[in-house]
Amino acid sequence: MGKQRVAIVGTGQTFHKSHRPDVNGQELINEAVGRALVDADLTIRDIDAIVIGNMDHFEGINYVDCWSVDGSGGFMKPVIKLTTGGTTGSTLAIGGYHMVASGLFDRVLVIGWEKNSESDTTGAITTAFDPVWDRLVFAGAISGLAAEAQAYMARYSATDRDGARVSVRDRKHACNNPYTQLRKEVTVDEVLASPMLADPIHLLDVCPRSDGACAVIMAGEHIAEKITATPDWIWATANRHTYTYLGDANFGRLDSLAAASREIYAKAGIREPAKEIGVIELYQPYSFAGIMWIEDLGLTGYGQGAEFVWSGATDMDGEIPINPSGGVIACNPIGATGLIRCAEAALQIMGKAEGHQVPDVDLALSTGFGGCFWSDILLHGRRKPDF
Amino acid sequence: MDSAAIVGVGMTAIEKNKIRDGFADMVWEAVNLALDDAGMTIDDIDNVVTTSNDFWDGRTISCMAVSDASGAREKNVSCVEGDGTFGAFYGLTRILSGSYGTTLVTAHSKGSESVSSLITNAAFDPIYQRAIGMDMVSACAMQANAYMHRSRTTPEQLARVSVKNHGNARHNPKAQLPMAITVEEVLASEMICDPLHKLDCSPVSDGCCAMIIAAKDRVGTAAKPPVWIKGAAFCADAFHLGDRDLSRAAALTRAAKKAFDMAGITDPATQVHVAELYDAFTYQELMWLEAMGLCADNQAGHLLEAGVFDIDGTLPVNASGGLLSGHPVIAAGLIRMAEVVRQLRGEAGGAQAKDPTVGVAQGVNGLCGQSHCVWVLSAES
Amino acid sequence: MNNSLKHIEPMVHHSQINVPYTWWAGDTAGRFLKTLRDEQTIMGTRCNHCARVTVPPRKTCPTCFTENQTWTAVSDQGTVVAFSVARRQLAALVKKVPVIFALIRLDGADTALLHTISQVDPAEVTIGMRVRACFSKDAGATIMAISHFVPTN
Repeated sequence: MGKQRVAIVGTGQTFHKSHRPDVNGQELINEAVGRALVDADLTIRDIDAIVIGNMDHFEGINYVDCWSVDGSGGFMKPVIKLTTGGTTGSTLAIGGYHMVASGLFDRVLVIGWEKNSESDTTGAITTAFDPVWDRLVFAGAISGLAAEAQAYMARYSATDRDGARVSVRDRKHACNNPYTQLRKEVTVDEVLASPMLADPIHLLDVCPRSDGACAVIMAGEHIAEKITATPDWIWATANRHTYTYLGDANFGRLDSLAAASREIYAKAGIREPAKEIGVIELYQPYSFAGIMWIEDLGLTGYGQGAEFVWSGATDMDGEIPINPSGGVIACNPIGATGLIRCAEAALQIMGKAEGHQVPDVDLALSTGFGGCFWSDILLHGRRKPDF
Repeated sequence: MDSAAIVGVGMTAIEKNKIRDGFADMVWEAVNLALDDAGMTIDDIDNVVTTSNDFWDGRTISCMAVSDASGAREKNVSCVEGDGTFGAFYGLTRILSGSYGTTLVTAHSKGSESVSSLITNAAFDPIYQRAIGMDMVSACAMQANAYMHRSRTTPEQLARVSVKNHGNARHNPKAQLPMAITVEEVLASEMICDPLHKLDCSPVSDGCCAMIIAAKDRVGTAAKPPVWIKGAAFCADAFHLGDRDLSRAAALTRAAKKAFDMAGITDPATQVHVAELYDAFTYQELMWLEAMGLCADNQAGHLLEAGVFDIDGTLPVNASGGLLSGHPVIAAGLIRMAEVVRQLRGEAGGAQAKDPTVGVAQGVNGLCGQSHCVWVLSAES
Repeated sequence: MNNSLKHIEPMVHHSQINVPYTWWAGDTAGRFLKTLRDEQTIMGTRCNHCARVTVPPRKTCPTCFTENQTWTAVSDQGTVVAFSVARRQLAALVKKVPVIFALIRLDGADTALLHTISQVDPAEVTIGMRVRACFSKDAGATIMAISHFVPTN
């Protein structure tokens, strides 16, 4: 026992869809778990502990960790639930990392899931806000994001075409990912012609609602190398969940992502992220985030995100491809979404991303977004970290 | 295991209805008590784990409400949903991983703000079970019946748990229901759900507990002697009540065995000196004692009558008054840990057991003890 | 609490989580509920690995974690393995107290089904008692298509 390095050795996802009436939540979870076990060539008996999460009010089931054991395989195993809103999936990945890194467990199964078709997503999200201060005057996620985009556009003279370009990119990438939900290419003009949801956000700028689950198996150093020749080493994790009243937010900047990424870069000795990182799976729930947040990640200077995206640098064949999977705009089973980013980054490192594989990825970044402008980050590497 | 220790604990008073305190107010109070207890400031805290439940709090992302009050601003932070013992476990792994030197763990809830029957009804499967109309009380009453049937434990023995724990609470200034009552009064109290009388059930409560866990190389900066974490483990049983032998707690047995193994304890009944168990209902204290191997099968009721589990007995159980004397869910298990810490430090006042060096605490998630987390703590490294 | 606030009247904001849910039973529970509604037959699944019959049915065996399940009808009669009697009208209750909740192991099943027992004096219910399902045609494809259980004699 004692602290150890951690690697991802297997991943599994459902074929994410807008609606899965053929399965209940436990059964949906089971599909992802089964695929992850096959991917790692393990059985459920090999799993020492399970970390699971979702957002309670999307399914209306209390103590989901307990309820889901038939599907998760948690019978007579340690099962723990983490939940932090939109960041839940990435929070789970960070949780799995620490469980293994502690040396108390060698093989941990991490599961994120959501059946968003079972409830009114906006109604449930609205209950996240303070019942006394915010809830009566604020509805859902989109209004906050629209305010962020407006503030950015005012500050840096960006346009809705810039946002649309990001959507075009992710929707094109999604066509190469059989597991994702929306696989249809669009043009900038089609994005701009789609219905306006909250100015400047059009329908094709935002993520859909999805039913889906993702499972990731993490293992300790010595076991990981026996399971696979190409484990995805988790180099570092960082997050910032500072509570932000909507009126206090630095609209137009994602300070949490800036702070968490600087912590990651310092831990890993990264000086020029755009050059050193090979691929990013960015939790980007709407297109404008793909401009703003890459600035907060330090890939470009402030106000230069749009130019960077228009240059093609973040496309599949660019300098630093972003969201080869199609990202959140193509599918968003909320409690799974952050973990899907982590799993997709792992696929890139392990060389298993098939039709959306970026060649020769040495370092990958996956992120989570949620709460009130919160950010989680994991740094993945092909090489074992030397720290 | 002795690579981490508890160096600070703080808890609010447990009350029926804290009308003047919101979630953040309670957390702020408990966190500052824990920091004072550890002789630390928030700058000494490397990372934070909050513990809450969206159903009990009536709020999606319930952790959002308490991150400021937990001092999580600009720190790495996470949120466990479930009992506080599980939050503490995750906090422990974040230290053992080498990522952080100290973890602040908080757990809170305000049972007064919702309807516990409906909140726990939502833990039943929506397709197969929920419409039947059960809640935590009716489910646990069923388990009580199954346990009593198997072990031949009597209603009088259950009542004695209530008498003991409410009596113990008289020494605990933070307890909600200190009472001098008799077995007859328990048995004469309102029958809520056969076989559980009102005084067999814990009350609905508001409260918060905070705890600071430190890596071995950081305990030296704390104000008080550390309480070492010798073992910690958790385990979940099947979800469907009908899949389990409801008269036993197989998951608790497994979790306890692992925790005792980690601590090098081979005979818990003699090597453990004080226990704080999850007595949401009277029968649970007896059932959990047997499942953990703290006494022999079917013997808990008899040993209770013999005074073994009294404050001056050989194994004081819930000397603090337990959950029967105040039950803020989520915080409940973390409070059990904090009470063991107070015992091992010799700070328990009138409830103090005689020179304990090893104590166990337990937390529960889900219906009828589906999932348990067990901690073995020691004053000695 | 800050002492300077002690004279402030506590304010309460009453609200509720009001989110409509549509729980999809899925193919497995769906088949169970349809058979219950249309044929008044209680179905379980038998694990091809451990041979345990679970009621209600599962898509995967909860203990073996295998997907191969065979459908099998079980009896509408069974044995009480645990019960409780709700006496106080708590909020989750849908029937008037006293309500008898029970775990019933149906003949042919290895796990017990959660339901209610009616038409009997609660004082006469025991562990080991034999009971039989009564069906309701008004409850649709829900678990309440079994309206309750009654003693067999």
